[in-house]
Amino acid sequence: MSKRNVSRRQFLNYTLTGVGGFMAAGILMPMVRFAIDPVLKASASGGFIATSQKVSELTAEPIRVDYTFDQIDGWYESQVTNTAWVYKADDGNIVALSPVCKHLGCTVAWNTDKEHPEQFFCPCHMGRYEKSGVNVPGTPPSKPLDVYETQVKDGILYLGLLKPHKGA
Amino acid sequence: MFNKIYDWVDERLDIAPIWRDIADHEVPEHVNPAHHFSAFVYCFGGLTFFITVIQILSGMFLTMYYVPDIVNAWESVYYLQNEVAFGQIVRGMHHWGASLVIVMMFLHTLRVFFQGAYKKPRELNWVVGVLIFFIMLALGLTGYLLPWDMKAVFATKVTLTIADSVPLIGPAIKTLIAGDPTIVGAQTLTRFFAIHVFFLPAALLGLIAAHFIMIRKQGISGPL
Repeated sequence: MSKRNVSRRQFLNYTLTGVGGFMAAGILMPMVRFAIDPVLKASASGGFIATSQKVSELTAEPIRVDYTFDQIDGWYESQVTNTAWVYKADDGNIVALSPVCKHLGCTVAWNTDKEHPEQFFCPCHMGRYEKSGVNVPGTPPSKPLDVYETQVKDGILYLGLLKPHKGA
Repeated sequence: MFNKIYDWVDERLDIAPIWRDIADHEVPEHVNPAHHFSAFVYCFGGLTFFITVIQILSGMFLTMYYVPDIVNAWESVYYLQNEVAFGQIVRGMHHWGASLVIVMMFLHTLRVFFQGAYKKPRELNWVVGVLIFFIMLALGLTGYLLPWDMKAVFATKVTLTIADSVPLIGPAIKTLIAGDPTIVGAQTLTRFFAIHVFFLPAALLGLIAAHFIMIRKQGISGPL
């Protein structure tokens, strides 16, 4: 036993702070955990989604492929339609590009800028990408368009998760 | 560490008198349960405030998930209670606290009444206290509708029928509360939500401030 004296005042301070802290933590802990739940919840995404695009109809020209899937957003379930730009590359592989501009998230489209044909173009800040998805230097985007994982089943195109572009 | 920060701020703003004025004052012997155990009756006002703080906190957190919309309200309550971590606890705190705050407030009122503590010079504080009582009841009433289940809707229909029965101005009051002369629906729910989370808490905080300033000014009533 140490001989250090704890005064009555100190003892009360410690016990009251301890008990008060315990009560405050008991109240706040569930609320904070409740609030940060979206960060800690494991995302259940993954898996390939079927499009209505027949692979045999794909050419070297990028086309817009819309695909619809069921999205569960908390208490709200709905059908969401997303878009991919799909074409057959020279080596025969299917390339499916995200339409979301890497500058500030606007939507890009193929071949819509008359001055720069055969490119993906974002109308918000004149961002441009090559057909491969690689951003044109000197335009706002700093990264290439994201790429979908693709799968072919029964001649139909399936799209998976978005991955960063491998080129550049 | 903490002392250094405190000293730094205190040197510039002289905050010691501020917190001393709020916290550093003696509890009279007749109010201290350590001296007379029966003095626990003086705790009910503080407990009411304590639960009110919990209600405000848990309510703030609940609105992170709740939507005041007839399509989504029930679904969002179901989601926050059953899918979000500690949802049952946080909603439970708000649900049970709502009842408990009325109980504590009622016990506090009984103490003040039977001790005659409302008499001169404390009449004004009694009046403010009664106003707080009404605000609390209104908070309970408006909050009851928000989960938008059958119990909530029919309880609100009963409330609106009572309001409707007021002579002359009854129908106008009913329409004002419900947002529509006949429907209990979308407009009723958003109205009750706005009243529950903005208007009534604002009034409550103002009245509580007045209640506390008066008790500090006049001091607690003397021993019986």
